[in-house]
Formats: sequence, C-alpha cells, structure tokens
Amino acid sequence: MNEATNGQAPLQKAAKKSSPLKEAILNSIRNNIRQYTMILALIGIWIIFAILTGSVFLNTRNLSNLFMQSATVAIVGMGMVLVIVSGNIDLSVGSVVGITGAVIGFLQVYGKWGTIPTIIVGLLIGVAIGFWQGYWIAYRGIPAFIVTLASMLTLRGAVLGVTHGTTIAPLHKPFKAIGQRYLPRLFLQDASFHDTSLIITCLIILLFIIMSILRRRSRIRFGFKVISLPLEVLKITAISVLIGFVLYIMVSYRGIPYAILVVLVVAVILTFIANNTVFGRQIYAIGGNKEAARLSGITIKKRLLMLFVLMGTLTSIAGIVFTARLGAATAQAGFMLELDAIAAAIIGGTSFSGGIGTIPGALVGALVMASLDNGMSLLNLDVTYQQIIKGLVLLIAVFVDTIFKSKK
Amino acid sequence: MDNVNFDVERGEIHAIVGENGAGKSTLMKILSGVYPVGTFEGKIVINGAEKEFRNIKDSEKSGITIIYQELALVNQLSVCENLFLGNEIASRGRMNWSKAYIEAEKALQEVGLELNPEMKIYDLGVGQQQLVEIAKAIAKHTDILILDEPTASLTRGEVENLFQILRQLKAKGVTCIYISHKLYEVFEIADSITVLRDGKSVGTKKANGVDEHELITMMVGRELNKMFPREEHQPGEVVLEVENWTVLDPEIPDRKLVDNVSFVVRRGEILGLSGLMGSGRTELAMSLIGALGTHQSGEIRLRGKNLDIRHPADAIRNGISYLSEDRKESGLVLMMSIKDNITLASLDRISKNGVISENEEIRASEEFVNKLSIKCASIEQQSNNLSGGNQQKVALGKWLMTKPEILILDEPTRGIDVGAKVEIFTIMNELIKQNVCIVMISSELPEILGMSDRILVMHEGKIAGEFDWKEATQEKIMYCSTGRVYNERSN
Repeated sequence: MNEATNGQAPLQKAAKKSSPLKEAILNSIRNNIRQYTMILALIGIWIIFAILTGSVFLNTRNLSNLFMQSATVAIVGMGMVLVIVSGNIDLSVGSVVGITGAVIGFLQVYGKWGTIPTIIVGLLIGVAIGFWQGYWIAYRGIPAFIVTLASMLTLRGAVLGVTHGTTIAPLHKPFKAIGQRYLPRLFLQDASFHDTSLIITCLIILLFIIMSILRRRSRIRFGFKVISLPLEVLKITAISVLIGFVLYIMVSYRGIPYAILVVLVVAVILTFIANNTVFGRQIYAIGGNKEAARLSGITIKKRLLMLFVLMGTLTSIAGIVFTARLGAATAQAGFMLELDAIAAAIIGGTSFSGGIGTIPGALVGALVMASLDNGMSLLNLDVTYQQIIKGLVLLIAVFVDTIFKSKK
Repeated sequence: MDNVNFDVERGEIHAIVGENGAGKSTLMKILSGVYPVGTFEGKIVINGAEKEFRNIKDSEKSGITIIYQELALVNQLSVCENLFLGNEIASRGRMNWSKAYIEAEKALQEVGLELNPEMKIYDLGVGQQQLVEIAKAIAKHTDILILDEPTASLTRGEVENLFQILRQLKAKGVTCIYISHKLYEVFEIADSITVLRDGKSVGTKKANGVDEHELITMMVGRELNKMFPREEHQPGEVVLEVENWTVLDPEIPDRKLVDNVSFVVRRGEILGLSGLMGSGRTELAMSLIGALGTHQSGEIRLRGKNLDIRHPADAIRNGISYLSEDRKESGLVLMMSIKDNITLASLDRISKNGVISENEEIRASEEFVNKLSIKCASIEQQSNNLSGGNQQKVALGKWLMTKPEILILDEPTRGIDVGAKVEIFTIMNELIKQNVCIVMISSELPEILGMSDRILVMHEGKIAGEFDWKEATQEKIMYCSTGRVYNERSN
C-alpha cells in the first residue's frame, strides 16, 4: 500500500514475502549500484591506507587536508559532469585555472589591485573563455574536443606570457585565506571543537531534514505516492549521518576551510541545476538523444553556449581556490588538471557517451583521486607508482560499470 | 517472412517488387549471408547445389554481390581502393598498386565510367558512385548481382545509363536481381517479376506476360481486416494550409525532396499521408516543423495566419507537434524516465523562472500515464525497459502534453503489437473529438484506409493523388504511389 517511489528507484508491489522496508532498500541499492560501489570503493581505499599508514591517514588533520586538496578537482569535476553529460568534453580547464591565477597574481603583485577586484577579473576571464569556446562549439559546429584542446594550448602559452615562467608572489593575505584558512571561531575560542563549524553543520542537517519533510508533506497533499514512513526516516537519517560525519572531521580539527565552503555551495547549486531546472533537464536530454531533444523543441545551440559559460565560470572559481591555496601564481598551475577532473567525473559514474551522471558522484570521484594522492604520498610511494595506480583505478572503475550494465 | 519461393534463370534480370515491409530487405539479408544459416528455414540453391551462408564472405564466394540503396563505399578513400576493399591486390600484405590501377581501369571501363581511379569517392556524383559499386562487383567476378532500389537517388539520365550497363552485363551472362517499387522501371528492365506481399511470395510472372494492373493487384490483394475503430468524423473549417511547399536535399541541391506541395488540413479530420519509402512524406513533415534547416520555400498558414517556423520550438509554440517515425532514434531519450520524457517538450508549462515544479511534473506525467494506460511500475521507470507499444504511448504522451492543434503522427503504429495499435487508433479518435487535427503518415495501406477521412498520396516528392476514404482502395493508392494515374479502364 505504501510502497512507491523514492525519487530514483521504481519499486514494485512485489514485497509481500519479505518486509516492504527491506525490499525497498534492496531495490534502491540495485538501482543506484554505481553510486554505492564508488562509496564502498572510497571506504575501502581509506581502510587500506589506514592500515598501511598506522592510522595516520585517518586522523582528522590528514582528512581535513585531504578535503582541501580535493577542492580544485571537485569544483572542476562537478562542472565536467554536466559537460560530459551533454556529450561534450572540456580539455581547457587546466589552462583556464592557470590563466585565472596568472592574471590575478599579476594584478595583485605588479598592478597593486585589491583582492575583490582581482577576484572579479578572474571570474570574468572564466565567463569570457566560456563564451569563446561555447561559440565555436555550439554555433560553428567544431567538436568540443578540438576547441578546448586549442584553448588548452593557447591559454597555456598566455600563462607563460603573463608569468614569464616565474612564480608571482606574494599574494594578498585575504585572498590566500580562500585556499588556506578556516572559518573564524565565533564564541568559544578555546574549545576542543570548532564552534562556528559545528553550528553550520547543525544548520545544514536541520535544513535538510526540514526540506525533506516539507517535500513529503506537499506530495501527500497533492495525492502522490510517497515512500513508506520508516524508509523515509531511514533515508533522512542516513544522509544526515553522512553529512554529519564528513563535517565532523573538520569540526574536530580546525573547522571548515573556506575552500570546502566553496565546494559545498557549488555542489548545492549544481545539484539544483541538474535536478530542478529546465536548463539541467535539457542538458541531460541533449546528451541522451540529441535528435529527440531537437525535435522536442530544445534550442541546443543556446543551451550548449550557456553550459560552456557555466563551465568557464566554475573553472575560474577553481582557479581562484587553487591559486589561493598555493599562495602564488605559477606557470605550471593547473597542469594536467583536465585529466583529474575527467577522471573524477567518470569514477563518479558519469557515462562517457552522454546523458548519465550525477554531481555527488563527481564529489566522490574527486575524493577517490585525492585519497589516492594523499595516501600514497604518506607512504612515500614514488610518483611513478602513483600515476600507474591512479590510471588503473580509473580503468577498473569504468570496467566495473560496464559489467553492471551488461548484466542489466 | 513466410514460405517465399522463386527461381531466377541464368543471365536474366529478375525484378522483385512489393510494398514497404513486404519482406524485400529480409530476403536480401538472407541471400547475402547477413542472416546466417540456421536463423531461417528453407534452401538457397545455386546452379543445382544447395548453399549455406554463415556470413557475408560465404555468400560472396558463391558469386553473389549486393548493392544496397545506401551505398557501401568509403568516402575518404579513392575509387581504386574502394574497388578492391577487402579483396586487395597484394602479395604478403604489401599492396601492388600498379596492378590494382590496371585492374581498376578495366573494371571501370566495363561500366562505362571514364575517370581516374585515384579520385576520392566524395568527389563523385551519386550516379557515378553507384557505377563504382557495380564495377566493384565486376572486379569480384560476380555471377549474381542484387540491386536494392538502385534508382532511388538517380536522375532520369543516370537511370538510363544504369539500365544500359545492366543490359550489357546481362549479355555477358551476369544474373541480376533488381528490387524496386517503381513499376515503370521494372517493366523497362526486367525479364521476369516476382511479387512479395506480407513476407510471402505471391507469384512470378514473365514481364511481357503481365500488365501493371495485374501486378498491383498481386501486391496489395490482401483482405482488409476489421481492427480499425472507424468513427464518422465531421470535418470542419480549414485549420492548416500549406502552399507551394518545396524542400531541397541539403546534400544534393538540385534534388527536390518535396516538390511544390499544397494541401489543407481541416478541423476534426484524420488526414492520411500515404506513399512508398522515400516518397518525401517524412521530409514534408520534418520541414513543416522546421527540423530540416533552411533549404525550403513555400507558405504555411495556421487559421489564416502566416507562420515562420525555423526550429521545432517554433512549431511547438504554434501548436504543431510531430511524433517522429523512429521512437528509439529520434523520439525518446531512452535512458530517461517516463516522467522526464513526457514532460520534455513542455518544460515551460511546468516551470517558473526556469525551475521545474516537481509536483506539476508528477501530476502531468501521471495524467498521461493514466490517460494512455501506459503499463509501468512507476513514472520513474526508465523508458528503455518498456515494451514498444508503451514506449510509443510515452512518445505520444509527450506530444499530447504540448496541447497541439495539429498533430502529425509519422508511422504511429510501427513495430507495436495489435492490441497497442488498436489503443492508439482509439486515442486518435478521442483526439478528433477534442478538435485536434491529425495528419497520419503511414506505410501500411490498411491503416491508411482504415483510419483516414481523407488520403493524400505522395510520389517522388509530389502529391500524386487525393481521395476521400469512401472512394479509396488499395489499388488506387498503389497506382498513385508508383507514379501512375489510376483510370477506370483498369477495372
């Protein structure tokens, strides 16, 4: 009677033998197996490193650092999900991060510009590059691979031109804080935990619970099917615990870093775009079946232009976070970032043939990549092996996906 | 395909004719080894010996070559490279180019093509490409040449040239099987004719011992069954007028896909659009909704008002919706849920400032799932897990949600079971009651005759005939479809 849908998993009324709750959970797992396998893989990687490093890996200081390390890849990776979902690719992100940093550094050090104006210029660079690439891809029909490859080369040259191959430093303190500092404490300066972060964590969880309840109420009011109450409670609790766990790591160290706050805000906005907006839905349709999308009245050119402007903006945000974390602008900034971002999106379940992919997936993917980097560095593993292992993990992730697909 | 028998004599040109879906292409796939032995019952006998083709190579070894309507040449390679593709003239993996060029020139001479074998295929016209395919077959020492609709994209001059070559090949003892639905061409070139209908062979006749009327009767002479829920409609005022509508082929600019077509659609009627494959029906519909680009001219008027439609979005906004003929290729986004597919063309209706209202979305898709009785576990089910009939209903639901005034249905019942067909027909009648105008494109004559109030027949991009349903018969429509004028003498 009260089985129904949980937003993703179709549930049939076949649950008479076992308990409906158990059946519903099994169904949900069956339908989101890719997401679950990646979370399991992440936990597996963490356990392995915890054992190998004698739990150094799992202390809150290291995990906090790990999250900060993953911030740049996470931001670009989430954007990359939408780009790949639309059936395109963006190889220029590394160079866009580079040029954003180079220009900001140049203006701060040689132009004596303030923090805010340079951030605005950085964002505008991303927007402009997005327009440029989107124009060639959408309105001139040049494959995204080619257009963004061209930008990758061109902009890397521009980065060298701006920096003259040197490191530009020092950057302004408030700017560096974006990549290096934590939210300030509000009341308890000496507590063993970080009070501001704890408050934010509680607020986020509370907001999530309230929104879930409101959504359920409105569905019931409209007379739609909803999932059974115990399952709903279980779902809300599980997600709240997950949010709480991740943020607790930071609460019990030095608090939430500004960089992670940026990642969270971007994640919320992009998830909203992907799930709740006309634009997002149309991007998935374009990648899923371009001809059907066109015949359904979707103006593909406009949508792709918008998408690349969004991607350019996100990349320059990532560039700001990256440059701030480094505290300097360098000619190598962002080098090979495109591959890490694509890997994060793919490991997180984005289908390379388009139409399928989730924003939280890219977050998990970015964490997998950062965990591998971090763990292997702790083990003092040679860079040679680090690259080899990361490459193999990417291959295996996609292989596991193809197995599940062919079984379906 | 069901119990097909025919014999082809050495050195004759044997035509195979039949409607769309009569089984012509299935037959070709069996003869060419695309469907390997074991996937069908029956025997292929060549020169008295029974043959078993496990793959295309086996069939080629027996001297059979097929030239498909969609030519199988590699555009970026040269004529010479294409001629010997898969049969390269080489010793121990090394190409012998000088010998290849000499052989290539010989083969090209045989088909009367005087061109440099080094030319790339994409620099040739369609007619020349066709001849290269035939030269390729000659280079393979083909005994039995099968041509599938070879004249579909040729000009009249090129057709004559092709026929000339075929006659020469015949004189050299090559046997030719010629598949076509253009009857006048068949009479011009063939020695004997086999008719296929609904996957059965109806009979084989000598070309000089049969006339067109007899042939058409053989092609369409099936019983009309009573599955069609015909209702009397009262067509009202003219809603849509199309005048002097011409569409050019984007790739071959002097070829007209739709040639100066004018017609009207009235309120509360089902207008059937009949015609054989390639007659320009789909192109007409696609160009009307602005999906074919800019190579078109003419006027469309909706309730007397001129429309300027450049993109399917314009058509939808003006109340013209088009259900495409291939739901998997261009109808549904298969990896999306039923809900996402149904709402895809009407997202503006259920959103505010670009944000989709989840409740509206669920309400709308549940409405159509119920209305069209789509069988599914939930509206969140992925549409590629649905049966063909239910997928078609999802696609139909998507277009109904746009609240169209004119609904163009292209092959609305293709590949779905009889039960679902009847359901879709019933829905069509229901829509007529709600004052929607329906244009139904269909390759199935019984469907056209069973459901339409008025029937337009297209042939080579033109409207070749118009009938009221009461006076229309399968024979009359087939006459028009094959480019003939029906006259009472034939009775």
